[in-house]
Amino acid sequence: MSTPSPDIDLSPEVSDEVKYTTCYMCACRCGIRVHMKDGSVRYIDGNPNHPVNKGVLCAKGSAGIMQHNSPARLTNPLRRVGPRGSGQFEEIEWDEALDVATSWLARVRGSDPRKLAFFTGRDQSQSFTSWWAQQYGTPNYAAHGGFCSVNIAAAGLYTMGSAFWEFSEPDWENTRYFMMFGVAEDHDSNPIKKGLSKLKGHGGKFVSINPVRTGYSAIADEWLGVTPGTDGLFVLALVHELLRAGKVDAGYLARYTNACWLVIQNPGGADDGLFARGEEGNALCWDRKAGAPGDPLTGDVSPELKGEFTLPDGRRVKPAFQLIAERYLGSEYAPAAVADRTGVDAETIQRIASELAQAAFEEEVVIDVPWTDWTGRKHDKMIGRPVTMHAMRGISAHSNGFHTTRAIHLLQLLLGSIDVPGGMRYKPPYPKPLSALPKPTGNAADIQPNTPLPGPHLGFPRGPEDLLVDEHGTPQRIDKAFSWDTPLSAHGLMHMVISNAWKGDPYPIDTLFMYMANMAWNSSMNTAETIKMLTDEDPETGEYKIPRIIYSDAFYSETVAYADLILPDTTYLERWDCISLLDRPISDADGVSDSIRHPVVAPDRNVRPFQDVLLALGASLGLNGMVNPDGSPTYPEGYKDYLTNHERRPGVGPLAGWRGENGEKHGQGAVNPNQLDRYIENESFWRQEVPESGKYFKNVNKDYLEFAVELGLLGDTKPIIHQIYSEELQKFRLAAQGHGNVQPPDDRRERIETYFDPLPIWYAPFEEQQDGVEEFPMHAITQRPMAMYHSWGGQNAWLRQIHGSNRLYMSRTKAASLDVEDDSWVWVSSRNGRIRVQVKLMDGVNDDTVWTWNAIGKRSGTWNLDKDAPEATTGFLMNHLIDELLPAQAGGYRYTNSDPVTGQAAWYDLRVKIEKAGPEEAKESSPHFPELKPNIPLAERVSPLRYGAGFRKKKGQ
Amino acid sequence: MHPAGSIILFTTASGLGYGLLFITGIYAALVPNSPSPTFGLAALGIALGTVTLGLLSSTFHLGHPERAWRAVSQWRSSWLSREGVLALVTYVPAAYFAIGWVFLDTDIGAWRTSGILSALLAVLTVISTSMIYASIKSIPRWHNCWVPATYLLFALLSGLLWFDALLRLFGHTQQNITLLATGCVVVALLAKWAYWRKTDNDAPVATIGTATGLGAKVTMLEPPHTGENYLLKEMGFQIARKHAVKLRRAAIFLTFLIPFCLCVLTLLTSGTTATFSAILAAIIAQTGIVVERWLFFAEAQHVMSLYYGRELGNEAS
Amino acid sequence: MTSLPAQKSKKRLGLVIDLDICVGCHACAVNCKEWNTGGYHAPLTDTNPYGADPQGVWFNRIHSFEVANDTGGRTVHFPKSCLHCDNAPCVTVCPTGASYKRAEDGIVLVEEAKCIGCKLCSWACPYGAREFDEDVGVMKKCTLCIDRIYNEKLEEVDRVPACVSTCPANARHYGDFNDPNSKVSQIVVERGGYDLMPEMDCAPTNKYLPPRKPQSGVKGASLPDADNSGGFLGWLDRLLSD
Repeated sequence: MSTPSPDIDLSPEVSDEVKYTTCYMCACRCGIRVHMKDGSVRYIDGNPNHPVNKGVLCAKGSAGIMQHNSPARLTNPLRRVGPRGSGQFEEIEWDEALDVATSWLARVRGSDPRKLAFFTGRDQSQSFTSWWAQQYGTPNYAAHGGFCSVNIAAAGLYTMGSAFWEFSEPDWENTRYFMMFGVAEDHDSNPIKKGLSKLKGHGGKFVSINPVRTGYSAIADEWLGVTPGTDGLFVLALVHELLRAGKVDAGYLARYTNACWLVIQNPGGADDGLFARGEEGNALCWDRKAGAPGDPLTGDVSPELKGEFTLPDGRRVKPAFQLIAERYLGSEYAPAAVADRTGVDAETIQRIASELAQAAFEEEVVIDVPWTDWTGRKHDKMIGRPVTMHAMRGISAHSNGFHTTRAIHLLQLLLGSIDVPGGMRYKPPYPKPLSALPKPTGNAADIQPNTPLPGPHLGFPRGPEDLLVDEHGTPQRIDKAFSWDTPLSAHGLMHMVISNAWKGDPYPIDTLFMYMANMAWNSSMNTAETIKMLTDEDPETGEYKIPRIIYSDAFYSETVAYADLILPDTTYLERWDCISLLDRPISDADGVSDSIRHPVVAPDRNVRPFQDVLLALGASLGLNGMVNPDGSPTYPEGYKDYLTNHERRPGVGPLAGWRGENGEKHGQGAVNPNQLDRYIENESFWRQEVPESGKYFKNVNKDYLEFAVELGLLGDTKPIIHQIYSEELQKFRLAAQGHGNVQPPDDRRERIETYFDPLPIWYAPFEEQQDGVEEFPMHAITQRPMAMYHSWGGQNAWLRQIHGSNRLYMSRTKAASLDVEDDSWVWVSSRNGRIRVQVKLMDGVNDDTVWTWNAIGKRSGTWNLDKDAPEATTGFLMNHLIDELLPAQAGGYRYTNSDPVTGQAAWYDLRVKIEKAGPEEAKESSPHFPELKPNIPLAERVSPLRYGAGFRKKKGQ
Repeated sequence: MHPAGSIILFTTASGLGYGLLFITGIYAALVPNSPSPTFGLAALGIALGTVTLGLLSSTFHLGHPERAWRAVSQWRSSWLSREGVLALVTYVPAAYFAIGWVFLDTDIGAWRTSGILSALLAVLTVISTSMIYASIKSIPRWHNCWVPATYLLFALLSGLLWFDALLRLFGHTQQNITLLATGCVVVALLAKWAYWRKTDNDAPVATIGTATGLGAKVTMLEPPHTGENYLLKEMGFQIARKHAVKLRRAAIFLTFLIPFCLCVLTLLTSGTTATFSAILAAIIAQTGIVVERWLFFAEAQHVMSLYYGRELGNEAS
Repeated sequence: MTSLPAQKSKKRLGLVIDLDICVGCHACAVNCKEWNTGGYHAPLTDTNPYGADPQGVWFNRIHSFEVANDTGGRTVHFPKSCLHCDNAPCVTVCPTGASYKRAEDGIVLVEEAKCIGCKLCSWACPYGAREFDEDVGVMKKCTLCIDRIYNEKLEEVDRVPACVSTCPANARHYGDFNDPNSKVSQIVVERGGYDLMPEMDCAPTNKYLPPRKPQSGVKGASLPDADNSGGFLGWLDRLLSD
């Protein structure tokens, strides 16, 4: 028998109002719907119409409510009263906070603007913050890219005018073979998850190359537990195999890459290794029909890829491809030669190579859409090689990551699979030719008191003359970016700022101004030393070595206690923002997009959006573009005002949609006073579809190039030819060899000559090149948990239940050999320090590798968590083990522990040894820093937390 | 399973009570010239008192004790509901029986029938209690016929020991009862022994492989959350094997071996020594039953723990 | 009503979880928490959320396993929530009728007002799918988002459980298993969807799709040398003359 089911309300009211904005729980920037009820947030879900996430939302995004309501939120501007690190502050009003900041900043600007170092962390308004810094006039600005992914970004941009990261995406619908290198869980995360699902659904093969089998690697058809830092060698062995078998797309190479460009063979000469160029400066190829040099870009030549030729002027030249073949057919790249080193056996490497060739050449994808290339040649369909690669963390965080990424691009290009059906696809505004990218600015002549910098800080040097060094080769920036230490440091080296400033190398600074960067904790290598540097005093003056620190953050992070002035930021639901094409775009391969955030909830604390604060400071400092001739602020309504009315160049502003007075123009057009309303009406984003005939071969596709020029994404419709052979790198090498006006100091020559190879090379990560590395036989790396983003997630009541602590994972077999059992406590030591951690054993990890989840560990007494929070008692950071500097070279100089080409922090290079902790030792992670006991007002830690109880109503209520 | 104090008290106290009620009812029916009303007051007072204590204790386990009355509604399907109904129903004949004996000093006719009825209901109630556990397939150590058997025998054992002690205390010594109790000790020991033998040796009803459907070699990499949760606290309780062995030994000594020796002593002696020995046997056995009941929960693994990487039958060592 | 519905329910609503493509991102678990903390069972209380021992009520939890097999093994992320069994033991043990299976669609629910918090249903469930809210003393559980799936105040497309609509990998599907033409029925047939712990005889409605057979490739495959006549240059010549 059964009685009828109880009468329950099947259609309860969900919300009074739904607001569309953009998530900020990680760098993915999905569109969200915020369902508001009774003035508070009832529910956040993905916006089904949004180009990034198409309705889905990850764990972090779904936990946004807890971030927004976190008791760790700062509530008021603060001025330090106790010693640095004591956490003793006094509350001050905004007027006073802004006055203090203005007085500090004005003094520096009026004397030596270099003495302001302005660095932002996970800032999503970099096009704005960099513009502000440029108007201020300091050369010392960057965001966090230097420890994130500049290797990937720079290698991509120098090679193919785009990058893996979030500037491209696999053609998920059509690809048959997908190789993923490293951890990609933290960028473009929802699109990749959606894509992997599609790929597996249609039967494509997914190969994961990662020392650890978690996250995306879990669902791979094949997992290769490569030894950390050897991916490049593995890839070059694949290149070797493909060349050996002749499985390369010669037509693609000849038409769309510089493989046919002629490289001058003049050993010892100033032009050795440069391209032979015609009168108009175009690189030359050898036209086999004419038997003479020709211009490969005209399209009516038959370029030779092989051989050696003599130009009419007598110079000897070889096509770049000849050099490629000569190098990679060498026996040192044979699978058998690299197997031990990479941990992937020769048979597997051979098999993967044959599978790549099979997919690329036997499973061609044809899309029945005619297209026209830049020369006007018509192609009646789009034919592609359905092989795709993606690479991110791991590759990027090794000191050989730039060349490894170039090696992967080489592999893609040999297979002819960039921006073709089934291949990796560009996301507009990419591709961009190197010539369209800025060069760095910040040499001595560019820096004058009270004067803006004449150009942007960050850029892409084409040769030594673009470096920021003086005549002795001394770095000009506090992070030594764009110096001979790391010439192509396109994102700066935020990880070196505190260390260099503390040392006064290359010069001391006065004020360190940071935004959203937890530098006293998980965002620094060498955390314990960093904390010491922040509190170290100059014995002569009694002042701190870094005299003034201004910090803006929404939360009470570990870094707050080390700042002198705190400017509390809002949460992402309380602010205006833009995800601009001038910054890190959110486009997809089929469309150009940008988006906004707008306040959906009013702040209930005395906090202000950082961007508003910067504009206010800019106005009070009298910065160009921020103050009117009459002294009034240019953007009195703050960042919202800026988003609408700022123009970077005529017709181009932060937002590309609905420009023109009536919103009739897109991409370029006059300021539209109602632009933000149009965005809000359109669910906070703008998207323009790429024309059908322009969706592939974008770099050489007339329709796409014209579309891009019309929108203002590109300046001209010249083809963007893939630079397999990098002449830019060769220019640095030539300088090291003694050519040109700008040459490295003698003690830098060898390093530049070695690492500025115009073709991809592999070398052991720097830690492995150090003396005594045998003492540290294991690799130690971190992986990104998908449900947590950096330290931010740790205060989140829901996410910290999932990842409230972390373990050191290691292989069962390795553990057995070390007498380590599951749950044992061990000491992990490196040349820089040691940590005590608890072990968890597993199978899916490279035998010589230990790893942990990134940035779970917290300092006791921060983030408004209980002092005995598991994050602080058993959680830990690997950062303590990582030195920001390499051991001293002959002569005593210590290079940054970074990629020598790009300055990417090499935090995956870490080598460690593992020893069992004694049975009498505390079952607690070490080091354990003294608990921070702040005296600042934070919200009460509600317990139990009954979020949502108020939304529940009985039927009929 | 988490050995909650309230549930251990509930099952052991009500077991004692129903055991005593059972033996009192049967005794009154079988033995003419039942003992004095004072004895009746003591025996039935203790029986109904411990039953009531047990039932009240069980409500301490509830999130909403004030709604406990709802628990009698689902007797068609739920053993817990049946237990509740039977427990309440038992009070009626038991009270009638008690009134007759204690206040009217009579145990004939309807009064006697009510005693028999009480005894019968006591048995049914104990069976229902045991079936709350035995019906749960998710807990292999509980889902077998030895659970009702041991619950019944343990109830009978504590009932007999206390009844024997009371008889002696009130000067109504009945060697037969002592003999019965002695026998019951042996049978209960054998039953418990059989329970342990079966549940220790049964092949696991499920494995991580069948729980996940992923095959023979499955190990847990990460639990869903790094911290605890209700499921683990309630159903993931683990007892170290060496502790379990010690406690089993204690339970055997306290519930069986010592009471057995004391029963023999009671039989061989008389007067104060015998009385004292009988009382001591009841108290010690009762302590042993509490230990046994704690183990009954603590040793029981829930198949849900497979999802947390534990194999059934492998207590932590 | 603690008895199971006498007749088979007209609809059998439930989920299919695809273990082949679940990457273990916890999106479903957190989005579930987020929806339901303001929904039918509001709130899903968190005890000590900022303390040393943070815990809370979650209807969906993601376990991770490593599987050793002859294709090299793999890591499997394993989301688990109420399976809305046909023979739901959590229903029949309930002494008050608070726990019930809906005759209309087979959803297993708890009516909080009747729940005495005896926890017996959580003991009876072999899957660990019930969640006791210690703060309010009642049992809570996955409702299959009963306040979404029929909710006329939501767009039609949103009338699916929160975990399904948010899953970035499309590893969760929702539908009526009584309809042989539904997506869930078909995908279960196609991919060999299975029951968890069939030996418990609960006849769970939710089905799991096993990891697909990995494409391991042909062992020993290797590319042949390019035709070597004329050496590397000869090879290139032929390459270009193609």
